[in-house]
Amino acid sequence: MISQLRTLWIVLKHTFSRADTVQYPEQRPKLYPRYRGRIVLTRDPDGEERCVACNLCAAVCPVDCIALQKTEDVDGRWYPEFFRINFSRCILCGLCEEACPTYAIQLTPDFELCEYDRRNLVYEKEHLLIQGTGKYPGYSFYRVAGKAIAGKDKGQAENEAPPIDVHSLLP
Amino acid sequence: MPDKIVGNDFGPPKAGPKDGLQGGSPHKIVGNGFGPPKAGLHIEIDGKSHPVKAGENLLQAILSLGLDLPYFCWHPAMGSVGACRQCGVIQFKDANDAQGRVVMACMTPVAEGMRISLQGPDAKAFRAGILELLMTNHPHDCPVCEEGGECHLQDMTVMTGHTVRQYRGLKRTHRNQDLGPFINHEMNRCIACYRCVRYYQDYCGGDDLQVFASHNHVYFGRQEDGVLENEFSGNLVEVCPTGVFTDKTFSRHYSRKWDLQTAPSVCVHCGIGCNTSPGERYGSLRRIVNRYHGEINGYFLCDRGRFGYGFVNGPARLYQARSAETGPLDVSTAENRLRAMLEDAKGIVGIGSPRASLEANFALRERVGAERFHAGIGDAEHGCLRTLLDLVRNLPLHLVSLREAERADAVLILGEDPTQTAPRLALALRQAVRNRALAIADELGIPHWQDAAVREAAQAEKSPLFIASPAPTRLDDIAARTCRASPRTIARLGFAVAHGICPEAPAVMGLTPEHEALAAEIAQALTSAERPLIVAGTGCLSEDVLRAVGQIAAALAAARPGRATAVHFAVPECNSLGLALMDAQSLAHAAHTIESGEADTLLILENDLYRRADRTTVDALLTRARQVIVIDHTLHATAERAHLVLPAASFAETEGTLVSSEGRAQRFFAAMQPAGDSRDGWRWLGPWPCLDDLTRALADSLPVFQQITACAPGAAFRIAGQKIPRQPHRYSGRTAMLADIRIHEPKQPEDTDSALAFSMEGAANDHPPALNPFVWAPGWNSNQAVGKFQDEAGGHLSGGDPGIRLIGDGAGTGLPWSVPPETEASIADALRLVPLHHIFGSDETSMHSSAVAERAPHPYVALNPEDAARLGLAEGEEVELAPDVWLPVKCLPGLAAGIAGVPAGLPDLPVPVTAWQSWKPNKPGDETS
Ligand code: SF4
Ligand code: SF4
Ligand code: SF4
Ligand code: SF4
Ligand code: FES
Repeated sequence: MISQLRTLWIVLKHTFSRADTVQYPEQRPKLYPRYRGRIVLTRDPDGEERCVACNLCAAVCPVDCIALQKTEDVDGRWYPEFFRINFSRCILCGLCEEACPTYAIQLTPDFELCEYDRRNLVYEKEHLLIQGTGKYPGYSFYRVAGKAIAGKDKGQAENEAPPIDVHSLLP
Repeated sequence: MPDKIVGNDFGPPKAGPKDGLQGGSPHKIVGNGFGPPKAGLHIEIDGKSHPVKAGENLLQAILSLGLDLPYFCWHPAMGSVGACRQCGVIQFKDANDAQGRVVMACMTPVAEGMRISLQGPDAKAFRAGILELLMTNHPHDCPVCEEGGECHLQDMTVMTGHTVRQYRGLKRTHRNQDLGPFINHEMNRCIACYRCVRYYQDYCGGDDLQVFASHNHVYFGRQEDGVLENEFSGNLVEVCPTGVFTDKTFSRHYSRKWDLQTAPSVCVHCGIGCNTSPGERYGSLRRIVNRYHGEINGYFLCDRGRFGYGFVNGPARLYQARSAETGPLDVSTAENRLRAMLEDAKGIVGIGSPRASLEANFALRERVGAERFHAGIGDAEHGCLRTLLDLVRNLPLHLVSLREAERADAVLILGEDPTQTAPRLALALRQAVRNRALAIADELGIPHWQDAAVREAAQAEKSPLFIASPAPTRLDDIAARTCRASPRTIARLGFAVAHGICPEAPAVMGLTPEHEALAAEIAQALTSAERPLIVAGTGCLSEDVLRAVGQIAAALAAARPGRATAVHFAVPECNSLGLALMDAQSLAHAAHTIESGEADTLLILENDLYRRADRTTVDALLTRARQVIVIDHTLHATAERAHLVLPAASFAETEGTLVSSEGRAQRFFAAMQPAGDSRDGWRWLGPWPCLDDLTRALADSLPVFQQITACAPGAAFRIAGQKIPRQPHRYSGRTAMLADIRIHEPKQPEDTDSALAFSMEGAANDHPPALNPFVWAPGWNSNQAVGKFQDEAGGHLSGGDPGIRLIGDGAGTGLPWSVPPETEASIADALRLVPLHHIFGSDETSMHSSAVAERAPHPYVALNPEDAARLGLAEGEEVELAPDVWLPVKCLPGLAAGIAGVPAGLPDLPVPVTAWQSWKPNKPGDETS
């Protein structure tokens, strides 16, 4: 009983506090970069696609709205052959961004995802991929990873020693 | 000859299906597969007493109990070497010892009353420390690593709790090698567990994968870039606990394990019947991995089986029905056309297929009638299979499984190169010659799992393996003696062995002294062995050789009353034996029926007749038939000449039963929906509503198949009211994968033919082994999760290994002694053509897989160098094999004299009609004979 009265009281108190809602679309709230809106795929500082098609975002997605296929360029760099997000299913939970080991997939403050036709909410890679690095400017996965790609040979990643000469028995 | 066989060397007589649906493993071999059953002991783990088996090591025992303990270098099939130090546990001296010491579980034999701690803080800290050390050099690769998501290293890292890298120093790096079309190499990821070289060298006998350099620089690879030559190299993908060796064909259209839709399946590339898990994604078949079977393949497949799947999505795949006149047809037009053609037919000749399921063949048989049902294999092979079945039914023969073959302590191979015709059997035979080593270890009291010690003790000692074959084989390196001869001479040698074992068997006249001596030696070895094994097959297409095997088996049974003789016959295709059991007519009969005008329509199921008989015969047959209908998944020469071609589902898209060379009927299931318009072969042929009805009808109409309905639970089977999902619970992309085509997600396709569902929903646990699509257990994402599904580490599947053995249980009571064949008349200037088989090349379907095709030989005619010199032929010179077929001569040292070897089954080569065709080499300019 007491708790119910208390609840009523708290609700009543709110009548006098300032409204959080704004007169959208005339008024627009300030949205911070970590707001979880429309998803983009970013590029690394060298302008290459960051996504390596590891599939972690798809696996973690609770509504299974990400589908992609890995492929590889001649230099051994992995990238998605196609990358599709069905925004008519996406709940903008941000788990994909959290799972992504390359900072490729990022949620942006753009929440205005309205379409008359659901089909227009199916975004392919060309709709998702932006030119910049998004929220994480410096990071390039391949500079850290051990796999050699064009322009980064074995031993040239961060914290890597030059390749072993297997003919040597020296320590 | 004994009239009642009470047992065989490998266990009691096999019983039929036991309890309920599973039927299961006909007999359980208790123990580690080598020794007699061992008595039980008790050990105390973290204060709880557990029963374990004496003779095991601690790691085996712990895993067999279902407990988790991280490990890397130990492998159930390869034993322990204590290289990785990951399996540390604390062992206490006695009940009062509170401190204990760290021991390697894999190197410590269990002992009664032993007290150990698995979960104690020191044990855990030790293991986390070791893992951290192993990880110091490990690259930051998981997202771009094909192993990711099924990586034993990832699993063990999580299991030990090592989550943050503290090491800030430099990581050592390695350059990779190009290892050929099958395997990727990414050496940075190596943790130096030594499993790969132990597997490749010690288990498979390969010599082109070694370890180089020293200390933390060790490098596992070839001396230089190049194809990994061993026929079992693909297993490195599963043996290596990291992503150093990965499947190159899979990488090209990679998908994570959790995204693959899989089904329990059976390999269709030879007669052995290894169990596989094919995986599908986005409508195409992505890869094959091993599916453990305790009696057959165990942990390993051959490379033909693993990499031969490409035909399912290959360029020659048929997705649409087509008619010769009007081109592509839609499904209903095709159905009407088929009906019209069959109604219009004046007699239909049905040609079945050894690469189609029993059910599909039976549906054809029902459609055309038993009289008009033909086997669709070459007449020579047909004869061989008849002889083979005759022997199996009437002689005290026990068709051994591969696990049993591994236990044989003396082996005779007659006329076969098992590496090429029944690859996985060859790997089993390689283990069989180690039985001498194990016997030595037993004498010295060394447990079998002490791998390095056993090898050290045995040195080069091997159990005897004798090989008599027309050409060198890939097992020659472990053979006690080899003998190169023509099939006829091999048969005569075999008959002489039989006479040597049992003098009642007729003697062979006119053998060379060497062959006399060899026969006596073989007879002696087989008689004195505890578990002798004879291996033969249809490889050299000689009924004489098969009869010789029967004679030896009968002689051995007579010499060892009460015990059936262990035999394994290699057969060429996945259902060769099943089809033979259906007693179909020969191809010659089909030709006769069409020729005589009794029938005018050919209904051909999954078969390219040009691989079965020579071109002129098939041309004549196809021309003579007024209507030719082909049902197949792949376009081939026969289909090109058909008036109507109907697309059939491949093995990955349909269900059915196959009979392996062990006589084991096994059910395989569809991993995916049939591609395009294709449908199950039997669906085109009859009104069968679902597979179970068809299987039941077959079981009812042919008594030999009575038990096949029990191969696997039927379509009505449910676990707590649910079907078994083909997709893992982490399957991703369901609401996006088809969204570009249609925004409304389609309902999951229903599967009316099995208890499996094309879905991630369903019963997650307690799958019967025959219905388990993939192995996964909490914390175990790699295929090593299979330990959770075995009755003991490396043992049988809990619930029994799937499949029902139909024949070959040693029940035959005898045939009269056969008469040995005469020596062949020598033919001046001519040679006898003998088929030479190739693991990559001789199988029809796997050759549509580009990786396998890359490994296939170029066509050739092989001659013994002396014969070549005698005939004035030089290496590489072109000779005419058949009218207008010119092939280069290949000098093959070691090929028996007087024969010419022709690669079997290569596309567009003439088909060897018998083992016995004579051939006169024509050179350019010679007059064509
Ligand atoms: S998690 Fe990141 S790198 Fe991996 S597939 Fe998704 S977007 Fe690409
Ligand atoms: S081997 Fe395993 S742990 Fe290493 S990069 Fe590959 S997936 Fe990751
Ligand atoms: S390559 Fe793989 S199997 Fe071989 S030592 Fe390294 S981690 Fe072990
Ligand atoms: S041995 Fe035969 S059944 Fe086994 S994997 Fe190889 S081809 Fe397939
Ligand atoms: S598994 Fe025991 S030391 Fe490697």
